[in-house]
Amino acid sequence: MLVARLMELGYRCLGPAAENGAIVMRELAAPDALPRGLQAAQAPGRYRLQQDPHQRYFAWANGPQAIKPHLFAPRESLWRAQRDEQGRLRFTAVAPPAPMLALIGVRACDLAALALQDAHFLQGDPPDAHYARRREQLFLVAVQCAEPASTCFCASTGDGPTPTAGYDIALAELADGFVAAAGSRKGAALLDALNLPPASPQQMAAARQQGQAAAASQTRSLPGRALRDVLMGRLEHPRWDEVATRCLACGNCTAVCPTCFCHAEMDEPAPNGQASEHVRMWDSCFGESHGHLHGFNVRPDIRSRYRQWLTHKLATWHDQYGRSGCVGCGRCIAWCPAEIDLTAEAAVLAGDREPS
Amino acid sequence: MRAPTRPRVAVHKFSSCDGCQLAFLNLGEDLLALAERVELVHFAEAGPLDPDAEVDLAFVEGSVSTPADLERIQRIRRHSRMLIAIGACATAGGIQALRNGADGAQWIAQIYGRPDAVASLERSTPISSHVAVDFELWGCPVSGPQILAVVNSLLLGAAPRDDADKVCTECKRRNFACVMVSRGIPCMGPVTRAGCGALCPGLGRDCYGCYGPAENANTDALAAQFGRQGLDPPAIARRFRSINSQAPAFLAAADKARMKRDE
Amino acid sequence: MTARQPLEAIVVERTQESPTIFTLQLRLSDAAAQAAYRFAPGQFNMLYLAGVGEVPISVMSDPQERDGIGHTIRALGRVTQGLAALRPGDSLGLRGPYGRGWPLREMEGRDVVLVTGGLGCAPVVSVIHYLLRRRERYGKLVVIQGVKHAEDLIWREQYDRWATLPDTQVLLAANQGGALWPWHVGHVTELFEQARFDPGRAAALMCGPEGMMRAAAEKLLARGLPESRLHLSMERNMQCAVGRCGHCQFGGAFVCRDGPVFDWGQVKSLLEHRGF
Repeated sequence: MLVARLMELGYRCLGPAAENGAIVMRELAAPDALPRGLQAAQAPGRYRLQQDPHQRYFAWANGPQAIKPHLFAPRESLWRAQRDEQGRLRFTAVAPPAPMLALIGVRACDLAALALQDAHFLQGDPPDAHYARRREQLFLVAVQCAEPASTCFCASTGDGPTPTAGYDIALAELADGFVAAAGSRKGAALLDALNLPPASPQQMAAARQQGQAAAASQTRSLPGRALRDVLMGRLEHPRWDEVATRCLACGNCTAVCPTCFCHAEMDEPAPNGQASEHVRMWDSCFGESHGHLHGFNVRPDIRSRYRQWLTHKLATWHDQYGRSGCVGCGRCIAWCPAEIDLTAEAAVLAGDREPS
Repeated sequence: MRAPTRPRVAVHKFSSCDGCQLAFLNLGEDLLALAERVELVHFAEAGPLDPDAEVDLAFVEGSVSTPADLERIQRIRRHSRMLIAIGACATAGGIQALRNGADGAQWIAQIYGRPDAVASLERSTPISSHVAVDFELWGCPVSGPQILAVVNSLLLGAAPRDDADKVCTECKRRNFACVMVSRGIPCMGPVTRAGCGALCPGLGRDCYGCYGPAENANTDALAAQFGRQGLDPPAIARRFRSINSQAPAFLAAADKARMKRDE
Repeated sequence: MTARQPLEAIVVERTQESPTIFTLQLRLSDAAAQAAYRFAPGQFNMLYLAGVGEVPISVMSDPQERDGIGHTIRALGRVTQGLAALRPGDSLGLRGPYGRGWPLREMEGRDVVLVTGGLGCAPVVSVIHYLLRRRERYGKLVVIQGVKHAEDLIWREQYDRWATLPDTQVLLAANQGGALWPWHVGHVTELFEQARFDPGRAAALMCGPEGMMRAAAEKLLARGLPESRLHLSMERNMQCAVGRCGHCQFGGAFVCRDGPVFDWGQVKSLLEHRGF
């Protein structure tokens, strides 16, 4: 019903789908096309689809991506340069298409990450035009996480598992249906139009309890204090050398991280040499060009790249945006092909755990 | 982008399968646009033949693998202002460099009826082992967009961009799920140079390293992960000993795995 | 200039300063944009070479100069090597200025010590022009410049001219001197004993390799200059110039937006570690 109404309103609706062994957001072909029973078991370096025995719609924790690629595009053109017949250079901004987009099934961690991406891309005068256009067109249907993955630790970062802000509509999926709440005027108008029966006190209590149980089921956590000063005081800790022997510097963690915002800008000339596109694309602090400076590289080795990533994410993000850059989604743990666990590394660096 | 005189370009072939030359031909319309900006003086596969012409830019495909190659590459270097090695054969010796670690003469004797008719060097080596190379374009084969970017850069008066990042970078930009994680398949992407657009992971299979080693390729960590995923040392050695077997980072990784087996 | 895309600029004049260093005087094609263009010494522009890419270059000209915008560039990377081939009349793209410049108003009434190394002098040359135009507002002026090789010193005549001005001291050092090098041979930090300024009322501006700046800061602080009056210009990879692409992050700062000029206290702890 919800999806049908969104489609009537002209939204392209994206929901979960299994693709290449992972749960991804794909366009729903019809209002009733939302799949049931999707689930994934996650562990460091491991993500395996499985079937939810209860055939629920949202019994999965998360996939490799949720909101980020729909606002901060993996690759897009920012402006064009064209040489005219007089040989003059003309520059034009590229206006990206920004369809009305509804994402169905985003999680509390995704919303917390979105708030950070908003802070990054919408700050300044002017805000990032491409991001801002798509942001305005976005409708978010959030879902309470009932079954966090083993890699999840949003309870310890204070970002989940129950959505508290930043959504248009939030759902909790119960055995006997959904509890829905509006978080915005758009969301409220939509719920009003659906004319749903009010949730019973028992259902409300069940949803609350489900959230508490999900939080309690999480086994990973970040050290329970602001890590800024701790990490910045241990920049020469031997653990950085040790983790560098295991890290592939592939950048998968930064790509799946819903708050990572680094991107490269480069120019792609047309074959006739008279025009060129200025393109931006996701980049990673694990890549060579990130620390490139004429003549040398600021971060030539994996040690300094991993340290840059972790200290930015957990420490200096506080200076930039008033909080840690980690929302506890656990994607960097599951999608690390070398099985590196951010929570374990942080605990060792913070002195809370012996190196294993 | 001042109206330049058209640079003279040659495309030479050494021991190779011609696949990298095909990358030129497969550019289609873009090749025509490009052809208007350069003068193609030697490109056997496309028509023009003038192997000894003085050129501004020579593309060299293939490895040095025969006694005749040794002499010819020197001549080409003398006649070319800039020389660009293209493809795995030219940059690392290619698949034919697998013989470098074996007794080549014995192989020839086993395979050919008249071994004396085969003039072959003991080792297949990259162009840079013999002459100064201005730029190397890795890949088996190189891709059309790579070639286009190189030529375009040079025509615009700048050195080509050297992208030594990992295949994973491109794979994630295209939103492919990591096959190592979602399927447990040993993938060479984390140590392999970008440029192919993550072709294989996009088809749900593993990268086999045809673009050669990326910068900071942590082959030790990847070999360890392959081990955890169930590959035994010989299998790990084979992953590194493939199209770019002689690229130093892959050669060392394969040797390490072999030593492990021998232990 | 708030748009993300550049404006067309034309090369008005090109000067070869050394075998690898050149200066481009640029003018925006759009006369109104050129007339409206203002910058503060220490800020930078993104220069775009058609089809190749952009590169951040500090503005070295005099901010009072309205006819052109000066950039001194070393041909090192693919874009700067391409820029080196530009000739008067050629066009390129320019967007800027970006970043935070030197706190020159705060420094009025003070002695000013300028410490530069290598091509680090470019953003500081703009300051010297600025100070000389308002000479009466500042106290003593000390220009300390270090280069690796004697032949790396550009703008020799300017240094000679500045050295003759009242209350102005020019101290030059080359790690490797030469027959025509009348100044100090050795490290630039060995010149600080000769510098005449009052640490109680001086401010210092530094630009150049980080190792040199760290050593210079040590000398200046030892002479009694307070940290709050020690400023430096940082260099990092910059691609967007507006605090978004993330390459220039230095701890919590975006060098392109929060810098490139910082107070010593903001960056000193992280400067002790390689890799940031």
